[in-house]
Amino acid sequence: MLLQAKRPPLPSADKRWRLVEATIRRYGYEGHALIEALHTVQECFGYLDETALRYVAAAMRQPLSKVYGVATFYHFFTMKPKGEHSCVVCTGTACYIKGAPRLMEAVEEKYGVKAGETTKDNKLSLLTARCLGSCGLAPAVVFDGDVAGKLETKDVLNRIEKWMNP
Amino acid sequence: MTAEELLQIAEIEKSAREQYKHTVHVCMAAGCLSSRSDQVKDALEKEVSRRGLERHVQVKGVGCMGLCAAGPLVSIENKKVMYQNVTPADTSDIAGSLEGETVKRLECPPDMPFFTRQKKIVLENCGKIDPERVEEYIAADGYAALHHVLTTMTPAEVLEEMTKSGLRGRGGAGFPTGLKWSMVAKADGTHGKYVVCNGDEGDPGAFMDRSVLESDPHRVLEGMAIAAYAVGAKQGYIYVRAEYPLAVKRLKTAIRQADRLGLLGNSIFGTTLSFNVDVRLGAGAFVCGEETALIASVEGKRGQPRPRPPFPAESGLWGCPTLINNVETFANVAPIIRNGAAWFAGIGTEKSKGTKVFALAGRVANTGLIEVPMGMPLREIIFDIGGGIPEGKKLKAVQTGGPSGGCIPEQFLDMPVDYESLAKVGSIMGSGGMIVMDETSSMVDVARFFMEFCMSESCGKCVPCRVGTAQMLDILNKLVKAQATPLDLKLLEELCDMVKSTSLCGLGQTAPNPTLSTLRYFKPEYDALLKQSEDAAANNGHAAEVRK
Repeated sequence: MLLQAKRPPLPSADKRWRLVEATIRRYGYEGHALIEALHTVQECFGYLDETALRYVAAAMRQPLSKVYGVATFYHFFTMKPKGEHSCVVCTGTACYIKGAPRLMEAVEEKYGVKAGETTKDNKLSLLTARCLGSCGLAPAVVFDGDVAGKLETKDVLNRIEKWMNP
Repeated sequence: MTAEELLQIAEIEKSAREQYKHTVHVCMAAGCLSSRSDQVKDALEKEVSRRGLERHVQVKGVGCMGLCAAGPLVSIENKKVMYQNVTPADTSDIAGSLEGETVKRLECPPDMPFFTRQKKIVLENCGKIDPERVEEYIAADGYAALHHVLTTMTPAEVLEEMTKSGLRGRGGAGFPTGLKWSMVAKADGTHGKYVVCNGDEGDPGAFMDRSVLESDPHRVLEGMAIAAYAVGAKQGYIYVRAEYPLAVKRLKTAIRQADRLGLLGNSIFGTTLSFNVDVRLGAGAFVCGEETALIASVEGKRGQPRPRPPFPAESGLWGCPTLINNVETFANVAPIIRNGAAWFAGIGTEKSKGTKVFALAGRVANTGLIEVPMGMPLREIIFDIGGGIPEGKKLKAVQTGGPSGGCIPEQFLDMPVDYESLAKVGSIMGSGGMIVMDETSSMVDVARFFMEFCMSESCGKCVPCRVGTAQMLDILNKLVKAQATPLDLKLLEELCDMVKSTSLCGLGQTAPNPTLSTLRYFKPEYDALLKQSEDAAANNGHAAEVRK
């Protein structure tokens, strides 16, 4: 008889879990694909929560401590849910030289959020990126996944204002 | 796949192209896409079909044309003209100009030094071919080098050719590529060997790898396959940053196409070489650019480096001999094989051969991607190709090598750019980020910026880097806020020296470089802040006395 480890059940009926399971299966349930699995979870759910970490750990037969360690080691993974809209300010060198800190300060001041936080009404998350590689367009900001470059403070505030008070 | 089939694909592609009278190239790399070049392409296609010119005019999305600051860029191949800052509204004029005069208001001067002074090897196809079609790469002599290597050369001959070319690692340290390949080839591969491409371009202000992967992904795959043949590997991994979704997408498309045509996979070109390539996504950790940390990350672990030796060439991925090269290094391989080692060795300086791709950014007129022969003076790069400093400001420093590099002051502008000269003035070649700073930039603040970066990116494994960077950042913060004492400055210098000589990996060993180089060349700025601190302290003391 072939000894086969039991696969853990999906955490819920949510169809997105099947995508996560598919990624894990594609790599043969092997531990070396842990980062790929976490990428899929974050792509599907927007962030990593305890349920997801426990499920991935069980499905890949990895210690939960290792999964948690990897999830917290890499900056790209977030354990906090994002707001409705996200504004990611690039803080790479070229953007820094060309005034990215001013853009950050303006948003922080106007909407009362700090980098990495979400407003109380859950509408806006202000985030930072290490470098988008769009240095030719510095300073650059990603509005809901859309990269915009050569920005002034007023451009950024206008874009956000449209989300906050449409 | 046979040589005939490869030729056939190239011929079909070329004759398909000849059917068109004009080919309009629209840049579809990340830079121009952010300036909405996709809308320009759509508008151009609509305009062409509105005029009923579909059979004469081809609108093609291509990779990076270099001048990112002036995007979206559009070029008309046979007219040798390039248009800048194109909007969808301009497309009617562009379509109308195909048979007549060029559109003067949009034109980039063709004799602009930005274009004429460059020498393109790595970027030869960028901005010319559609990165999402393997046929176009094949029509541009793609995979010919791989075929040549597999059918006429032994692995030892490939190693010799690479050694003779004098190519050095483009990731920053400049280790001779031929030597690295020979070490992996010699190592015992009973349990397999691996070829890994390092595309974890974490250095803020650098986007060379992103552009190459987005504009010409097959070139990297071909270089990796040649390396696999030379060292005897069967499996390859490309480690790319998750922050580059477009590069990841195009790379995955390229791997699928190459697999389908038998240019990757089992018995490539009917030979015994089997080589598969997988993409692995990074997750935003700068330290993963260090080779042992990168290996840990590919294995699905936290990206923490380990002491070397053993070097990855002996014991790397899963304990097997592993060849790790940068994207740009692999991109140089196919041209070297095609044109010969002597051709490559004839470009550049005595110890640094070939060309280098730089991401020119910061306070310079023409920001974008450039490729120049090694040894070109900084002044030519910044003032001729870069077009000088905008708004009539004065150049203060050039930062190369990112958080591991240094700031080069104006007095060294006539120095040739190669590995040795940059090291001599306290900077490094690095992966190719080149940030220009003018008189408005505070150098102490720049040092603080990079220290903050290194502090936050330190993996925390070794004490000097984990604690040292935090301490140094503390002092730099005090300096910038004008609250430091001369003793702090002395401590900062001591810490720099200590962290540099005792850290485990390259991140810690080079973290003090930006601070050291600004201390060396811009000491008056530190002194001025100290003076401010003293004055502020004296005033406070005075105020305290008054309160008594």
